[in-house]
Amino acid sequence: MAIALSEEQRLLQESARRFVERDYGFATRSRIVASEDGIDGEKWRQFAELGWLGVAVPEAYGGMDGGLAEIAVLLDAVGRGLVVEPLLSTIVLGGGLIGELGTEAQKRDLLPPMVAGERRFAVALGEPQARYDLHDVTARARPEGDGFVISGHKSVVYDAPGADMLLVVARSAGEPRDVDGLSLFLVAPGMPGVTLRPYPTIDGGRGADVVLDDVRVSGDAILGTPGSALAALTRAVDRARIVLGSEAAGIMAVLVDATRDYLKTRRQFGTTLEKFQVLQHRLVDMLIAQQMTEALVLRVALEYDDLDNSEKARAAAAVKAKVGEAGKFIGQQAVQLHGGIGMTDELPVGHYFKRLSIIGTMFGDAAYHLRRFRDLA
Amino acid sequence: MDVKLNAEDAAFRDEVRQFIADNLPADIRRRVETGKRLSKDDHVRWQRVLHQKGWIAPHWPVEHGGTGWSPLRRYIFEEELGRAPTPRIIPFGLAMVGPVIMTFGDDRQKAHYLPRILSSEDWWCQGYSEPGAGSDLASLQTRAVADGDDYIVNGQKTWTTMAQHADMIFCLVRTSTAGKPQEGISFLLIDMKSAGIEVRPITTLDGGQEVNEVFFDDVRVPKANLIGGENKGWTYAKFLLGHERANIADVGRSKRELARLEAIASSELSDGRPLLDDPAFRSRLAALEIELMALESVVLRMLGDGTNSGPPGPEASLLKVKGTEIQQKITELLFEAIGPYAAPFVTEALDDGWNEAPIGPDYAAPLAPYYFNWRKASIYGGSNEIQKNIIAKMVLGF
Repeated sequence: MAIALSEEQRLLQESARRFVERDYGFATRSRIVASEDGIDGEKWRQFAELGWLGVAVPEAYGGMDGGLAEIAVLLDAVGRGLVVEPLLSTIVLGGGLIGELGTEAQKRDLLPPMVAGERRFAVALGEPQARYDLHDVTARARPEGDGFVISGHKSVVYDAPGADMLLVVARSAGEPRDVDGLSLFLVAPGMPGVTLRPYPTIDGGRGADVVLDDVRVSGDAILGTPGSALAALTRAVDRARIVLGSEAAGIMAVLVDATRDYLKTRRQFGTTLEKFQVLQHRLVDMLIAQQMTEALVLRVALEYDDLDNSEKARAAAAVKAKVGEAGKFIGQQAVQLHGGIGMTDELPVGHYFKRLSIIGTMFGDAAYHLRRFRDLA
Repeated sequence: MDVKLNAEDAAFRDEVRQFIADNLPADIRRRVETGKRLSKDDHVRWQRVLHQKGWIAPHWPVEHGGTGWSPLRRYIFEEELGRAPTPRIIPFGLAMVGPVIMTFGDDRQKAHYLPRILSSEDWWCQGYSEPGAGSDLASLQTRAVADGDDYIVNGQKTWTTMAQHADMIFCLVRTSTAGKPQEGISFLLIDMKSAGIEVRPITTLDGGQEVNEVFFDDVRVPKANLIGGENKGWTYAKFLLGHERANIADVGRSKRELARLEAIASSELSDGRPLLDDPAFRSRLAALEIELMALESVVLRMLGDGTNSGPPGPEASLLKVKGTEIQQKITELLFEAIGPYAAPFVTEALDDGWNEAPIGPDYAAPLAPYYFNWRKASIYGGSNEIQKNIIAKMVLGF
């Protein structure tokens, strides 16, 4: 089957890339990263106007009824501009989990405000000992009355500072590393017992370690059936892995272009660097790695919804393994071929390299997904 | 695999090891061990400890303050410095300009500068690179024009490591535009307190500020500060580059960093078990260990046939390329070992005296900046691509 965007997807891609190019330049991005909140509320409002926040939300909740491919198209533009606002956390992880697991009432309550740009989410999956295993959860949720009391330490929660709602994974049954017994809860960050330790992240974003100490939530704060969150969580994170791949492919494209332009202009030894064959070949290797990643991600994003569950997991693992390996190569080489100037904070290249490197680790690095791909065979 | 030593050399190694254990200040040791940022004072204090013992410049001739050690003993010494967590010896005075001054300088220059280098009284920095002259040093533009007993220097240097601390800078400057670009270059020593010098920090992608731009605006430099002959600077620069590169293999330090990686990988969990037990991770670690053994073997063979002490050659380039590749690979695995905790970036945590609880494991904070910062190793000192050109030219005859 040939791989191509539909006409609508192509138009979305063009408009998203145009918006980022025109309204999210590197100077703007740097200003946002340096600001107190680390995000720009005005930009977020524009994302809502452009329909980005509802691109994969059913029409019944105010969205555009698109799928994974539409999100992937957006995230490619996000990568090209190093957009730091919490699109992945809000529309893919938060919105995706609410859409899949939420009751009618929860969806009506949460999705339309998200689409309108009035509510942002962060998903508290990880724990200090868990590395990349979604089922390695020690946070506890014990039933009390008609609700739950949650305690635990969730680590490196991207976009938690500034989120209106946290989606917290906690164990309502079983032992650490059991695949059963996980539940997902809606926790407002201001609730008694919730402590955020916020910090900047090295890729220009914001994160926090979140400690929950006897946080009391009501019965309607649970998303889905108690004890059986892992399957939906894995699907949501796999979707995040794929669109992160799309973000990475956008970053890789920028790095290849920037490196090519630099080789064409930088003069050493009486000529431009592009004349040196060893550098030509290196650039070609970067281009090949970028093209392979981009094509693989696009293919998976377009076909994903039609795959069966085991194919889905394997496809996500393949994307993440490829993104990790190609991202490391392209990022390192982009800096190397730029020489000293590539090491500076002033040049965008280093910032693209850092984001690409962190994407390489998010939700499992290349080694993790190689093993996963192999074990799912 | 440890280097096999005869009884005398083994006793020497033990002596060095004991001396470091007894004399390395505990606070400095802790900062190096945990990857914290070091201050100028940390470096100077440690270098003065070595100076007091007479061990600060083992590679210098005895008459200038060297030790007279065999090349093997110098290697053992450097390996022990690397293995114990000591600060790097700042190379600009001791390893770089010092040998140039003692080889090409006049008596007055030797008498004045060499003792001050040994005692760390002067902190030196290197004025080679310029915005338009990175690996292609010969194209440098900074001008020095004779005016009576002085030169007037105008131009800009860049990537000047730790210029913010420096008392002196050694510079390549253009004194003539006639002939080939290499022929009009002179080697000049400049006091950093001279009027007309401005140092501007460059922030690197890891958030650090160890490199600088240095601007020269009508800076007056006495002609007495010229090394050797006017327009002969290229010869001295090439001599110096060989010294710089020979130090870059840094096998001892890489051994220590590998040990650190193993320690971290045994505390980090993967799939519920120590990351160190993960077969894929173990294979990568083993491959790296073998690579380091092979590099060390090259160094030991050079010590055996005496080729390690000569002018810059393909051997020095080989050490630079492989040494930095191994160092970078180690930083990459350290970055990957800490998994999600690579992302939090609290710069204050890299400074000593930050007393808040760490985010994640206590070893995590410096590792991502270290990975990003160390990408410079394959760029500076003549990029690795340039080193390979040198090897191709000298070994393969291209």
